[in-house]
Amino acid sequence: MTYETVASAVQQGGAVYFALLFAAVLVYAFWPKNREKFEKAARAALDAEE
Amino acid sequence: MAGSSWAAHGRLERHSLLLLIAIIVVVSIGGLIEIVPLFYLENTIEPVRGMRPYTPLELEGRDIYIREGCYLCHSQMIRPLRDEVERYGHYSLAAESMYDHPFQWGSERQGPDLARVGGKYSDGWHRDHLADPRSVVPESVMPPYRFLAEKDLDYHDVAQKMRTLRTVGVPYTDDMIANAVTDLRDQDNAFAGGAGLHARYGRNVNVRNFAGDPERITEMDALIAYLQMLGTLVDFSTYKADAPANQR
Amino acid sequence: MNSSSTPARAQAPDDAALGPAIWLILCLIAALVATIATAASRDALFQFEGYIFIAAFVLGSFGLLAVITRGGFPGQPDKYMDGVIKAGAIATLFWGAAGMLTGVVIAAQLAFPRIFYLPDAGFLNFGRLRPLHTSAVIFAFGGNALIATSFYVVQRTCRARLFGGLLPWIVFWGYQLFIVTAALGYLAGVTRSQEYAEPEWMSTLWLVIVWVAYLLVFLGTIWKRQEPHIYVANWFYLAFIVTIAILVLINNAEVPVSLLDHRSYPLWAGVQSALVQWWYGHNAVGFFLTAGFLAMMYYFIPKRAERPIYSYRLSIVHFWALIFIYIWAGPHHLHYTALPQWAQTLGMTFSVMLWMPSWGGMINGLMTLSGAWDRLRTDPVIRMLVVSLAFYGMSTFEGPVMSIRTVNSLSHYTDWTIGHVHSGALGWVGFVTFGSLYCMVPWLWKKKGLYSNALVEWHFWIATTGILLYITSMWVSGIMEGLMWREYTPQGFLAYSFAETVSARHVENVVRLAGGLMYLSGLLIMIYNLWRTIRAPSTEREAVPAVAPIPAAAE
Repeated sequence: MTYETVASAVQQGGAVYFALLFAAVLVYAFWPKNREKFEKAARAALDAEE
Repeated sequence: MAGSSWAAHGRLERHSLLLLIAIIVVVSIGGLIEIVPLFYLENTIEPVRGMRPYTPLELEGRDIYIREGCYLCHSQMIRPLRDEVERYGHYSLAAESMYDHPFQWGSERQGPDLARVGGKYSDGWHRDHLADPRSVVPESVMPPYRFLAEKDLDYHDVAQKMRTLRTVGVPYTDDMIANAVTDLRDQDNAFAGGAGLHARYGRNVNVRNFAGDPERITEMDALIAYLQMLGTLVDFSTYKADAPANQR
Repeated sequence: MNSSSTPARAQAPDDAALGPAIWLILCLIAALVATIATAASRDALFQFEGYIFIAAFVLGSFGLLAVITRGGFPGQPDKYMDGVIKAGAIATLFWGAAGMLTGVVIAAQLAFPRIFYLPDAGFLNFGRLRPLHTSAVIFAFGGNALIATSFYVVQRTCRARLFGGLLPWIVFWGYQLFIVTAALGYLAGVTRSQEYAEPEWMSTLWLVIVWVAYLLVFLGTIWKRQEPHIYVANWFYLAFIVTIAILVLINNAEVPVSLLDHRSYPLWAGVQSALVQWWYGHNAVGFFLTAGFLAMMYYFIPKRAERPIYSYRLSIVHFWALIFIYIWAGPHHLHYTALPQWAQTLGMTFSVMLWMPSWGGMINGLMTLSGAWDRLRTDPVIRMLVVSLAFYGMSTFEGPVMSIRTVNSLSHYTDWTIGHVHSGALGWVGFVTFGSLYCMVPWLWKKKGLYSNALVEWHFWIATTGILLYITSMWVSGIMEGLMWREYTPQGFLAYSFAETVSARHVENVVRLAGGLMYLSGLLIMIYNLWRTIRAPSTEREAVPAVAPIPAAAE
């Protein structure tokens, strides 16, 4: 395993990894069933007492 | 009641642990992908002639350079840009800091780059400049280091320092470590000849009384010894910048 | 805001688990170990640090003894634990003043070196004071602000008392001890010479212990929560705590010369050392100075504006994109160096990509105010928080620009970098901390509101002017010196000596000093204002549980 193969493998692997992760986050954030949960969470933080 | 609340509690913990693990995974994979290839040493650092570990006196000088925070204003990394090469000398090679634990490349130039300051000025100039920078460079904003000349160098642990550096990869030999204190004293002694030093560290080790006072070895001696060898090790007559291995 | 329901359920076996007596024993053992090590060492600087540790552990033992004689530490599971947060708020102000004063001193040294250097006091030289300045403002001021606000936010959003009984107090005082050993160590000459990671191995080891305790308090509180969902601010705090732990462990991998010697040498050398250091250095910015302070933004801006965050979904995307992309950006500190080019390119690419999540977060914070923009005019605290986001937006735009190799070839090594750092540090980190403290102090001490809104106005305008002076002078200075370095005469020689570029920057150094002085004055005004706020009569009697509501969030 030379420097060149390691370097190119991690760069391509890194790009794929990044794309997959970003897609997963988008799916989680915009999954319709999660919408209500998130809106509730946003309001709940406001309601916390001092 | 108790059972169901425990089950709910378990779910709450799982959420936070899941979050924790996801954070660790995201952060560490990114870091690993970037850093790991650099540890294929033989490919990151170009082969050069002349690199050697620091002599004991230079090592102590380097520790003073670090202690005084010189790295905060002086870089030791000449970039391959025309003006830098003309101002400071050949651009810095990765090999030139291969024994630097840690690197001293710096990030800022309140003062000039020091990667190749070795041999550019006389010991006397360094002595005057360090004691009172504005006496030789009126525009300078550098702090005065007069106290270095007044303080005896504390080198009781120099052999131990070299042993520690060997454990992290600097090729100090048993011979070098056994003679650490002798070598340190000889290097600051114009009359010692330095035969042992030259045998262990090579022909181009500077042997002389750096700060001028033959009676003492001060912190000033050590620091000037370090400054005077910076960037002088690599033999650039044998370095081929155009070789494919050097084109990264 | 109903008051009496939370954090109602009294489940506190964990709170009582580690009593003050156990802590006293641990503290005495620590004092003993420190004494033996100090006595056995031949290294003066190691002994110097040893004396600090001994003093701290002895003082700590007396403190714990006082707690025990007063009848132990009350668990009070029905109350939020606010004492440690109050202490954190005060520590934030104290270290802020100390760190910014140090900054003013070193700015004065660069502007007037003939006056502000003392040849007989080497410990006050620029090289010793500069790490003191950076560590004091980042780790002491910023760190205390992060610990205090994270304790505040995690309790409120989880509706649970802090986990661990005395543990939060141990974290607080342990962190102060880390700061003191590091700071006095710099003055004495104890440093690893890696920027923002200068504390030597003894201090770092102590920090690791404190940090594990901090993570435990934070996670333990989340585990006790009454809310099923973990509010997004806590995600940012958690990422900050965990990632800083990883960064510190890897960047501080080192071998001490001996267990009785202050000096250590890191495992990595040269190129590897540089890459690990700037991977650490840039992520200290990303996770200490960005993620942690974004957590403040996600709690205090909605709370102060009394509106939910603009888009919770955006905050989730913001979170993951930010922590993912940041971790790659470090190599942009090493353009044109001996670092292999592909790593430089990778760093540059991700730095430019980082612009998007950064601005996404900024927009999310700003749009929270949509429909309540009038508050900008009437509430100077809101204005401070919003301007902090504006500076965040500015410096996260400037950063990617500077990470482009061709721009970097000009900006690197110059004052431009210093200006960039300060637009983020003074504008974003400073202002969001000031805004959060202006919110939190009256809420914590149960006051109607701040002592004086007019003084907040003064603070705001003096500090903002100070920042503008600072960053514009550094732009001018940095670009000027970068251009002078590469200027050629028609005959093809370098036009300027290095010394000429130093003297050319004199005026800018003076302007920078003025800007720094103004920013420090603003902080002193704030300290006075908050001190008067704390001294003002409380809105309720001592006996009322801490969970009672504050009237209309201090407005």
